[in-house]
Amino acid sequence: MKILIKNGHIVDPSQNIDGIGDVLSEEGRIKGIGDLPPTPNLRIIDATGLYVFPGLIDMHTHLREPGFEYKETIKTGTMAAVRGGFTTVCAMPNTSPVNDNSSVTDLIITKAIQEGACAVFPIGAITKGQDGEELAEMGIMHAEGCVAFSDDGRPVMNSLIMRRALEYSKTFDVPIIAHCEDLSLSEDGVMNEGLLSLTLGLKGTPAEAEEVMIARDIALAGLTRGRLHIAHVSTEGSVRLVRQAKGRGINVTAETCPHYFSIMEDAVKGYNTNAKVNPPLRTKKDIEAIKQGLKDGIIDVIATDHAPHHRDEKLREFDQSPSGISGLETALSLSLRLVEEGVLTLNQLIGKMTVSPAKILKINKGTLKVGSDAGVVILDLNKEYKVEAEKFVSKGKNTPFDGWVLKGMPVITISKGKVYEW
Amino acid sequence: MKELLNKQDIDRILARMAHEILERNKGTGDLCLVGIQRGGVHLARRLAKKVKDIEGKAVPVGSLDIAFYRDDINIRKEQPAVRKTEVPCEITDKKVVLVDDVLFTGRSIRAALDALMDFGRPANIQLAVLIDRGHRQLPIKADFAGKNIPTAIDENVEVSLEEEGLEDKVTIE
Amino acid sequence: MKLASKDLLGIKELTKDEIILVLDTASGFKDVLKRDIKKVPALRGKTAVNLFFEPSTRTKTSFELAEKRLSLDVLNLAATTSSVVKGESLIDTALNVQALGADFMIIRHSSSGAPHLLSKHIAASVINAGDGVNEHPTQALLDAFTIKEKLGRLEGLKIAIIGDILHSRVAKSDIYLLTKFNDEVRLIGPPTLLSQELEALGVKVFHDMSEGLKDVNVVMMLRIQMERQGKGFFPSTLEYFRYWGLTPERLSIADKEAIVMHPGPMNRGIEIASEIADGPRSVILDQVTNGIAVRMAVLYLLAGVRE
Repeated sequence: MKILIKNGHIVDPSQNIDGIGDVLSEEGRIKGIGDLPPTPNLRIIDATGLYVFPGLIDMHTHLREPGFEYKETIKTGTMAAVRGGFTTVCAMPNTSPVNDNSSVTDLIITKAIQEGACAVFPIGAITKGQDGEELAEMGIMHAEGCVAFSDDGRPVMNSLIMRRALEYSKTFDVPIIAHCEDLSLSEDGVMNEGLLSLTLGLKGTPAEAEEVMIARDIALAGLTRGRLHIAHVSTEGSVRLVRQAKGRGINVTAETCPHYFSIMEDAVKGYNTNAKVNPPLRTKKDIEAIKQGLKDGIIDVIATDHAPHHRDEKLREFDQSPSGISGLETALSLSLRLVEEGVLTLNQLIGKMTVSPAKILKINKGTLKVGSDAGVVILDLNKEYKVEAEKFVSKGKNTPFDGWVLKGMPVITISKGKVYEW
Repeated sequence: MKELLNKQDIDRILARMAHEILERNKGTGDLCLVGIQRGGVHLARRLAKKVKDIEGKAVPVGSLDIAFYRDDINIRKEQPAVRKTEVPCEITDKKVVLVDDVLFTGRSIRAALDALMDFGRPANIQLAVLIDRGHRQLPIKADFAGKNIPTAIDENVEVSLEEEGLEDKVTIE
Repeated sequence: MKLASKDLLGIKELTKDEIILVLDTASGFKDVLKRDIKKVPALRGKTAVNLFFEPSTRTKTSFELAEKRLSLDVLNLAATTSSVVKGESLIDTALNVQALGADFMIIRHSSSGAPHLLSKHIAASVINAGDGVNEHPTQALLDAFTIKEKLGRLEGLKIAIIGDILHSRVAKSDIYLLTKFNDEVRLIGPPTLLSQELEALGVKVFHDMSEGLKDVNVVMMLRIQMERQGKGFFPSTLEYFRYWGLTPERLSIADKEAIVMHPGPMNRGIEIASEIADGPRSVILDQVTNGIAVRMAVLYLLAGVRE
């Protein structure tokens, strides 16, 4: 099917396009961009007054399959992605079994081809079983399709293993994505440490538990010249450390997630398990620093850390409930608030959700270049809507943003050649 | 609102009641007055004073809070405030005169009887009330009634007393 | 005057007037406890279920006696005998207990916020008997009742709370309560067990006993958990007692009339010297008696709240 998107405001940072134009898509591939005349047998989408972006990339998604299909599946997770404007997602390896060998990688890729609504790139585990002890077969997994390696959720505590991972991964020029948390310092913390954790009687995790680990990993990246990507930066100190590292020319990139610049630790008041996330929600000064980091390009990427959980799991005692936010369907709208606040230009924001992760992962996605199969997202930036968790496409209804009024929900996403309209 | 009794009326009635109590009990021997919180407590003290004026002997006076003995816990909007209970003497084998301001359904008296029984086993319990307004819901009768006032069930009889910082009077509305 | 909520989740959630109401009501129940017949029919026909997910002797016994003296029917569910060990969720356990006809659910749980979770799903009155390191509201209420009973007032006092503040729900509830009454609350303990951040609550933080105890009217000791010494909070109980134990010499720094409190169970020779625990200034056993009166008052008042 040929689709001509007419008169939309196209923003494609990969080609420095930011203006009114047309996009021609055929069988899921971009065939033209610019001022395009209609031809026969063409479906025309009038995008007058709407914005047209390349399909977004989420480089930090938990699809939960295999093993936790009651939380999410590749099918439902990618559907949620498409609903949220993402046409490429990277699946974190903490499934069951862990994606620490090529057969799991293959299973994910095969399943994603068959059932996935969008492109799925697996991220392999750094160590076998994410146990932090023995390196997983990075080379074989990379050949099978893994685009990065991470022990997300279970940081590699042994500095020597982390050093080896950063060194060995250079062979394949793949990034090591680090969930930075010193587990001995965070102990069993369930929220940000501070006066609020004291008054709620909840065990706190200090910002320093994240920062000492970032400092270590940056030091190791300097030592090894490996490629380090810091996942979900949540503190002021973390932004400072990444800023210094970049200033010293260390090969480090960083991401943050919408919840770290949209809400603060007080969201957990009333023991709201939907606001329980790891790293925890922090404070005003952290939010300010993260915004500044995004603005200055210190933080390269906005990812979702989409972490769906079953309703029953979140209906538990706060400290017994799992961490995570179902983020794919609110990420773009929450991020667009940064444009409204003047933190980022629209072009910069879309860059952090397309070209920037594409570059880190070395994937040919997040672009409207002719020949690309990255997909397209069309949205109305001015139309308000109310977030209704119960209506999420994702199986995970766990969001602290339920009831929020936001702007910028996609009206059309074209993914894998299919047009999704809402 | 209509005034039924004024200060003087109340005083005369209490004087008569004191005489009646003494007459019935043949003096102050083994006698004990216990007022129900709150109005009954003030009236019990006044009666005790009159008894002393008449006989020259003091009788023990106590107060009884019936909050914990009420039967309307499931229908009340809020719990009644808990006030002081002071039973001044061992009441077992005593003649206890229970004093209240208004006798209406009889439910407060039922509660007061239960409360009193938890303190001992009196020889007998008598009931003295300033006003009996009828409409009993329980088989309870005053031994000493200051004044019988026929009322409609939805009328409100109010006894106000100086001890509460008000003017002595009884009104109906 | 009545309580605003059907549940007692914490002192944080109570107003000063509500606290006064509970204390005044408790003094009525204290009188009842002095009688030969220590039982009233106030809550006859209603049912209380004590859901204790953490071992407790003192608080559970106190609640149970309070319930029985209000003529409540009482059911005790301990975590070891309940279906919790079979993996049932807290909400399911509570819904089952409610289906048995519970009007009150008294819950002790190791997770902070567990009573708050129940209160959202349960129609019965939920009473927090200690949740994680959050609050232990009835303990603070009985402490306040005891202070008022012994010193004649609750306002404008200097009160020292000593020990493992970090892990103490009792200390938290006491802090919330006493600061509502404009008392000068001083927290004393090692920096590992006492965060400076607490000063934001309007209290003063001390690490030195002789400084913190000066002129205080009330000395509240907390229990030191033996397992803390292996975790690096302090090197040994011997060293702890040397710096933060309550000895007669240290008590002499306090006001001459100062009373000494302890929520129990005490570790003699670790946080408190025996001669003080058994001495004339100790009101520790009064606290135990008052606990029953205060808990009766809470049950009685909550029975009157319709939501």
